[in-house]
Amino acid sequence: MDLSSINPVLLLASLIAASTPILLAAIGELVVERAGVLNLGVEGMMITGAICGFAIAVNTGSPFAGFVMAALGGAALSLLFAALTQIALANHVASGLALTLFGLGLSSLLGQGYVGIKPPPTPKLDIPLLSDIPILGPVLFSHDLMVYLALALVAAVWGMLKYTRAGLILRAVGENHDAAHALGYKVVRVRVLAIAFGGACAGLGGAYLSLVRVPQWTEGMTAGVGWIALALVVFASWKAGRVLLGAWLFGGVSVLQLNLQAAGVAVPVEYLSMSPYLVTILVLVIMSADKSRAPGSLGRIFHASQ
Amino acid sequence: MTLKTLLTGAVLALGLTSTIALAQDDKTKVGFIYVGPIGDGGWTYEHDKGRLAIEEHFGDKVETIYRESVSEGADASRAITQMALSGADLIFTTSFGFMDATVSVAEKFPDVKFEHATGYKTAPNLATYSARFYEGRAIQGHIAGKMTKSNIVGYIASYPIPEVIRGINAAFIHARKVNPDVQFKIIWAYTWFDPAKEADAATALIEQGADVILQHTDSTAPQAAAEKAGGVVTFGQASDMAEYKPFPRVSSIIDNWAPYYIARTQAVIDGTWETQQVWHGIKEGMVEIGEITDAVPADVREEALAMKAAIASGEYHPFTGPLKKQDGSDWLAEGETADDGTLLGMDFYVEGLEGDIPQ
Repeated sequence: MDLSSINPVLLLASLIAASTPILLAAIGELVVERAGVLNLGVEGMMITGAICGFAIAVNTGSPFAGFVMAALGGAALSLLFAALTQIALANHVASGLALTLFGLGLSSLLGQGYVGIKPPPTPKLDIPLLSDIPILGPVLFSHDLMVYLALALVAAVWGMLKYTRAGLILRAVGENHDAAHALGYKVVRVRVLAIAFGGACAGLGGAYLSLVRVPQWTEGMTAGVGWIALALVVFASWKAGRVLLGAWLFGGVSVLQLNLQAAGVAVPVEYLSMSPYLVTILVLVIMSADKSRAPGSLGRIFHASQ
Repeated sequence: MTLKTLLTGAVLALGLTSTIALAQDDKTKVGFIYVGPIGDGGWTYEHDKGRLAIEEHFGDKVETIYRESVSEGADASRAITQMALSGADLIFTTSFGFMDATVSVAEKFPDVKFEHATGYKTAPNLATYSARFYEGRAIQGHIAGKMTKSNIVGYIASYPIPEVIRGINAAFIHARKVNPDVQFKIIWAYTWFDPAKEADAATALIEQGADVILQHTDSTAPQAAAEKAGGVVTFGQASDMAEYKPFPRVSSIIDNWAPYYIARTQAVIDGTWETQQVWHGIKEGMVEIGEITDAVPADVREEALAMKAAIASGEYHPFTGPLKKQDGSDWLAEGETADDGTLLGMDFYVEGLEGDIPQ
């Protein structure tokens, strides 16, 4: 065993990068579920975002344009889900699963010409002075813009849900859509907006995978990240702060276990491999002992006549 | 009531059309079950190239079908059963983890021929086939031992099965032979295909000083990670991965399944198909060595090519004694070569490797 070969600074820096895709997808899904919609299509929207972002970034040479298109692509796909569930009143679970299958298929169709191409590098945001601070500099201040955007989004969602009128309306719609409707709020409109936001976030998360973390396009490259994001929202009791904690835990332990393996730690590999899931679930389950519960109208179909 | 009638009608109609389809079925139907997507750029991509080669070779006489991204487990037997029910005459299941599912489905469909890649269980209608990837690994190990400056070689392993362990041993033996100081750091990814995880594993290895990365996972993500880090050597796995030439990818192992697939399809058409256990290597052309690029010094390239020629002619076996097991006990005496039985069931590291194989 040689723990000294693990560089804690590099480890923490790659923790933050590794957790960003999950964080983005999960914070989007959190808003969707707080509005009372269960969208199981996160995986499909992520991978669609991954290829949209990748294709645009390759063609324009600008990763920024890629991320914008990834958000639009994810949102466009999610609007399909919105049309099915909010207008055609289809079952949320079935529509969400269909969206995942559709997204996976669509992305491999769109991605056919992009296998083996390298995307333009996403510049790191080296903040002068701050990134020169020893230890803290490389860990906190030398990432790309998307990492900070993801953190800002978490803060914005938290603040919005807790302190603003818009957040209150969103939560009302999610807790009891009949009551919200009786008060005159546009339940369908609020939900469609939430779904589109969730789709855009998932798309950004996917693009972060294909443009920064891997970076290349491979069919099926999200390989289940969307499902982990979905589970994370539940284990985080629909709270923004805990989603951040969960994503960091999951990303952190995933990276740590790989490093421990490479360093030859004498813990059986099977335990190391399951550790990210185990640790994340344990911590979040213990934290959710405060009787937080799911939004009251989660997954229920709303129609004004009922 | 009406719905019921409608449904019954639909079922009847379906049944009718499928009988008609069966009656008219004179084409040979060949099915493939893949563990990853056909665009993974590695393992599944090469199998699918074999499928396309069948289509090209036989034209209208043969129809091929495939299912990609089938997970190893309960889902596999469902997918294989479905394929057998859809009228396939020959089914290739192309991952080690499909073994038990293939065996159980083969029992239920005695008239359908099954071929399972990299496994060891056979039946009258179930054959196995695999390639001697370890021959290619030996050449990679030689190049890796010569190319590393930090003397740390990173190895991204998938699952602790004999095929993967054989690869690690073959690479390590030949790396040590040319560089006594070389060390292997091994990460078990527990996946065949997960680009993000593969990239993370490569990054972890590079951060811990590895400047050569060998992979036994299917995607090109480690190549991209190595390229991003700079100065790290990689090898294409299962497919040429030529888009990363000439550096970081300096050579590759290419699995060429096409000739085998065509021969076996022909055997089914001719009615001469019999169960067998095939294990082909460089000699038969099932394992190919991708171009060794100019990033490798000329003398190292010559040595690697000489080793390839010696393996192909049967003059040299990558597992030739004296070799000891990791615990120091004797395995092969001077000049002795490993027999196929031991290799197929390999569950131990050779001397010098650190760490334990997950059980």
